[in-house]
Amino acid sequence: MSDLKAKLGLDVFKEDKAFPIAIKKGLERDPRLKKMVLICPAGLYGEDESGKIALSADGCLECGTCLLVCGADILDWQYPRGGAGVQFRFG
Amino acid sequence: MEQEDDSRFDAIVIGGGLAGLSAAYTLAAEGMEVLVLERGDYPGAKNVTGGRIYVSSIRELFPDLWTKAPLERFIAHEEICVMGRDSSLNVRYDGSELLREPHQSYSILRGKFDKWFARQAEHKGATIICKTRVDDIIIENGRVVGVVAAGDRLMANVVIACDGVLSFAAGKAGLNKSADSGHFAIGFKEVIEIDPAVLEDRFNLTEDEGAARLFIGDVTAGKFGGGFLYTNKSSVSLGLVLGIGALVVEEPTVQVPELLNKFKQRSEISRLIRGGKTVEYSAHMIPEGGIKAMGKLYADGILVAGDAAGFSINIGITVRGMEYAMASGYYAARAVINAKEKNDYSAATLAVYEKFLNDSFVMTDFKNFRESLDVLKYPLLYGHYPELIVGIMKDLYEMPAGPKTRIFPTVRKHLGLRELWAMVPLCRRMMKI
Ligand SMILES: Cc1cc2nc3c(=O)[nH]c(=O)nc-3n(C[C@H](O)[C@H](O)[C@H](O)COP(=O)(O)OP(=O)(O)OC[C@H]3O[C@@H](n4cnc5c(N)ncnc54)[C@H](O)[C@@H]3O)c2cc1C
Ligand code: SF4
Repeated sequence: MSDLKAKLGLDVFKEDKAFPIAIKKGLERDPRLKKMVLICPAGLYGEDESGKIALSADGCLECGTCLLVCGADILDWQYPRGGAGVQFRFG
Repeated sequence: MEQEDDSRFDAIVIGGGLAGLSAAYTLAAEGMEVLVLERGDYPGAKNVTGGRIYVSSIRELFPDLWTKAPLERFIAHEEICVMGRDSSLNVRYDGSELLREPHQSYSILRGKFDKWFARQAEHKGATIICKTRVDDIIIENGRVVGVVAAGDRLMANVVIACDGVLSFAAGKAGLNKSADSGHFAIGFKEVIEIDPAVLEDRFNLTEDEGAARLFIGDVTAGKFGGGFLYTNKSSVSLGLVLGIGALVVEEPTVQVPELLNKFKQRSEISRLIRGGKTVEYSAHMIPEGGIKAMGKLYADGILVAGDAAGFSINIGITVRGMEYAMASGYYAARAVINAKEKNDYSAATLAVYEKFLNDSFVMTDFKNFRESLDVLKYPLLYGHYPELIVGIMKDLYEMPAGPKTRIFPTVRKHLGLRELWAMVPLCRRMMKI
């Protein structure tokens, strides 16, 4: 995982103060979210000892996979505001 | 801000990716007032591809675009690698037609290409505004009449949604495509910088030549998908594409980002990227459901093109989406030009978009490859068969201390009647693509 952090450190990110993805309150234990711990390419989903899933803000690649897997009933998901978020130089 | 009627654009394009820029370029070339709204810092800032664009089928749609386009290398060598756990079999194809101009495909980096393409569209007269996210579309009396961006209401005769795989705009207009996770893949990759001379030496390339390599088997830990490597001018694009459906439902689960690290550590790969420096890590979803996953392509005042419409396809040896994005953007523009002549932007008039697509290579391909995704979702292809193939090769090449077994029994040991019989349904599936 530390290796993943280093990789994300190579990317250019422009900050959006209001991180636009959030897990809806009370749904932190949904099994679909658990899948994201393994699937998110940026490794941003983590599970604590109680089985609660948390999402850490930095490094989202805006791929949209978590929205597809979990759905809008579990995640508030939108793109960052214009000009913010990841900016690929190579793509 | 509400615009007066005379400041209404002929067309507003949502998204400055390949589909959107193709539409804008085509419309502007015909003197139409077109506005592109792009949420990235610059066109390309949000866009990821594997890295090979097939130009043959779209060359004529943009005749003066290609000579100066910042493409990376023309693909001169094709290779497929079947990977077992600790061995692999490579099949390399070289053909004189791949060396002849005009070249059929090129490696590409979207950060560079899209930025350049946007400038060409601007030269034709398109207006491109970046750092601007479209937040909503405006629907009046059942027809799309504009968009909301940065708090402004911008009006147009027609909106072209080219906002990529998630396409919120198309969804808001009721033009949803499938949301079944089995119809999508996740692609993620690293761009690894390597000195061009070293790169050419390692891949056996002359100056502008490039190589394309695809990997199947252990790279995806047996999951539906594959790996790719494309050589750029002074870097390689190395990544994986994995079907999301299989990741969600199939056990055992795999740690997705870790697969790319394992891939890089394979001896087949590590020697190719030795001394290289990773300069970017990116990920993006791919709609790969083909025709079965597509939604409606138009409604009153709106058209959908590119990934937003689901114009991407997995044909086994490769994911193709870029030329469909460009072609669908082009045909959407032609439909708008036709609508302007009639001064009618209703669904009935915009329907010509579908006809253009049907008459072109786009829908022909999508119809021909209708079954490809279902055929390819055959777990044995990603685990069992790669192991089987490299197992045979291993035994064929092995020189034991004692006597060597004859060739036929060696092969036969792996390919018993049961194994052969089990291949019948696979062959039947394969005949569909
Ligand atoms: C890893 C990977 C490998 C691939 N390999 C290949 C390959 O080798 N060959 C091939 O042909 N295809 C490949 N594809 C598919 C191909 O990249 C896509 O089909 C293609 O990029 C689609 O182009 P598009 O213009 O439709 O969408 P995109 O390139 O995604 O462009 C959409 C644009 O819309 C913008 N946007 C989105 N929402 C908004 C909004 N609300 N407001 C303003 N702007 C917005 C985005 O910022 C973006 O610029 C691959 C894809 C991936 C991810
Ligand atoms: S959009 Fe992609 S990178 Fe961002 S949190 Fe979701 S899965 Fe992870």
